[in-house]
Amino acid sequence: MSTTKELWVFAEQREGKLAGVVRELLSEGQILAEKAGFTLAAVLPSADGAAFCQELYNFGAKKVYTIDDPKLADYQNDYYARAVAQLINEKRPEIVLYGATTIGRSLAPTVAVMVDAGLTADCTQLDFDVEAGNLLQTRPAFGGNIMATIICPNHRPQMATVRSNVFKKTKLSDNESGEQVPYSVDLSGVPERMRRLESVHEADSTIDLNAAQFIVSGGRGVGKPENFKIIYDLASELGAAVGASRATVDAGWISHHHQVGQTGKTVCPVVYVACGISGAIQHLAGMQSSDVIVAVNKDPNAPIFDVADFGLIGDLHQIVPEFQKQIAAAKA
Amino acid sequence: MNIVVCIKQVPDSDKVTIDRETNRLNRAGVPSIINPFDENALEMALQLKDLHGGKVTVISMGPPQADEALRTALSHGADEAILISDRKFGGADTWATSYTISLAIKKLEGVDLILFGKQAIDGDTAQVGPGVAHFLDIPMLTYAKSVEVTGNTFKVNKVTEDGYEVWDIDKPAALTVVKEANQLRMPSLKKKMAAKKAGIPTWGFDELQPEESKIGLAGSPTKVSKVFAPPIKLNKKTLSGEPAEMVAELIKNLKERNVL
Ligand SMILES: Cc1cc2nc3c(=O)[nH]c(=O)nc-3n(C[C@H](O)[C@H](O)[C@H](O)COP(=O)(O)OP(=O)(O)OC[C@H]3O[C@@H](n4cnc5c(N)ncnc54)[C@H](O)[C@@H]3O)c2cc1C
Ligand SMILES: Nc1ncnc2c1ncn2[C@@H]1O[C@H](COP(=O)(O)O)[C@@H](O)[C@H]1O
Repeated sequence: MSTTKELWVFAEQREGKLAGVVRELLSEGQILAEKAGFTLAAVLPSADGAAFCQELYNFGAKKVYTIDDPKLADYQNDYYARAVAQLINEKRPEIVLYGATTIGRSLAPTVAVMVDAGLTADCTQLDFDVEAGNLLQTRPAFGGNIMATIICPNHRPQMATVRSNVFKKTKLSDNESGEQVPYSVDLSGVPERMRRLESVHEADSTIDLNAAQFIVSGGRGVGKPENFKIIYDLASELGAAVGASRATVDAGWISHHHQVGQTGKTVCPVVYVACGISGAIQHLAGMQSSDVIVAVNKDPNAPIFDVADFGLIGDLHQIVPEFQKQIAAAKA
Repeated sequence: MNIVVCIKQVPDSDKVTIDRETNRLNRAGVPSIINPFDENALEMALQLKDLHGGKVTVISMGPPQADEALRTALSHGADEAILISDRKFGGADTWATSYTISLAIKKLEGVDLILFGKQAIDGDTAQVGPGVAHFLDIPMLTYAKSVEVTGNTFKVNKVTEDGYEVWDIDKPAALTVVKEANQLRMPSLKKKMAAKKAGIPTWGFDELQPEESKIGLAGSPTKVSKVFAPPIKLNKKTLSGEPAEMVAELIKNLKERNVL
């Protein structure tokens, strides 16, 4: 039997649900694995992994390493890092990809030092150099002013995190086949040094920026907190989530959950409507890869117009309500 | 309460531009600042000290001029500062940086809490905090918004994608701190004066005695293979005039692109 090399995706689950980014990583992982001649596998620490396998096969995983343990039901850095690092040390994958979620950004750097691997954060593009056997990991640096391609020539695995919504997800079918490979890790020797006491979801569809097809965002040009109403009204007409620039978050006009950008969320909706946002590089870093960008700004020289597919030069206080009115009329 | 805050000196990314010909950063004249998130880590430490007493030590690894960032931290209220600097540490990626910083922290005794910024704005990796914690073999939580001392543990509120979690974590612990935590207090004039004169030790290769294969460029698994300017978008369309007409044109265009 020839053992093929493997490309792994960390299958993050929370409270019984796979993180959306896992599907995206598998979809991209499939392209890379094909190019490299590797087998695509998922790594799934949880209390009971069997339930997730079909979904992972459907997005391209040929193998799922399930690591079942009651201690792995919810994310705990020590337990997860031990489980994943041990599996890596034993199976020696070539590449491991993680979502750059709050979990992935804690797990991946811990595992990286445990297994002596390089790690590139927040990649926006991945490619494989077949000749050298290197993963080409491209990411923005200095707030998006520059792009850098990082390689990791002498260490394996090569590891990267990728933010949500950077890659498209492609489901192959509803009944792909794959192999579940149960793996057991003895966690009894890992000291219990931290305990989760509470987990609170502040459910509100207007802040679910990751899932949204449409996002309407407001910036300082909105003028004052009350004026965010027109942004919300347009969003609700479009079934959109509401985003914001850091300036409005810092001013206390809207909660930080809405912030898009380098220090906020990275989003990739079908349509992103930026209203009264100048387009500072740190804001662009979080929304530049949206399919279609619409910008409303009264300053024709605002840098947001450099990335906008459709730029509307004018006063957002007139344009935004007008947009809402015409959408409503079209629906009626 | 003995707290260490790791601060990084970074170029102010607001003011960095790229030379489109050479694909190099125009660094000349770009001011250096304390990484903004590290200010939040520093303030969290100062607040804990206000409540519980103790000492706040700031550590920075970087070239000799990182000394300036440390002095700024002292002027805001940190008690002591240590500069980790050596030519041999140059070119370190986050792996080698984590290792080197962890050696410095090991030299300090009785540390209860180590705070990091959520991420550094030059690289945005958010990897050094978790890396250091692992090298020190202490528990770590990312994205902390607030922390309370509860006997031998800390109660930490951490931000998640859609809300927050409350954790209980054993001492000594490491946390990375988000911006929503607080805002750094103003420096005081008296502390500013003292900071100018403060003696800041530099710890280099001889002081830290690292394994040579784990530091600097050689100890860094990742290498930069290429740097380039971000691509520019083509086929842009700008509309101006009457709002009603612009919007009608926009909707028509969005429909043509099948997104509406
Ligand atoms: C380390 C760091 C991280 C950062 N991270 C982020 C981040 O994650 N996200 C983020 O957004 N920013 C971030 N920033 C801040 C960023 O640099 C900008 O300051 C911020 O994005 C500006 O927000 P704005 O566009 O709303 O405000 P402004 O730059 O003030 O722009 C307001 C715009 O509104 C227009 N306008 C005003 N009135 C009207 C009107 N009536 N109709 C139409 N247009 C109008 C103006 O022409 C202007 O272009 C970061 C900065 C730093 C240093
Ligand atoms: N050279 C450094 N010196 C001191 N602290 C650092 C250094 N690099 C990173 N850190 C700390 O680690 C955090 C995360 O940095 P990074 O992993 O580079 O995004 C920063 O906010 C700092 O608290």
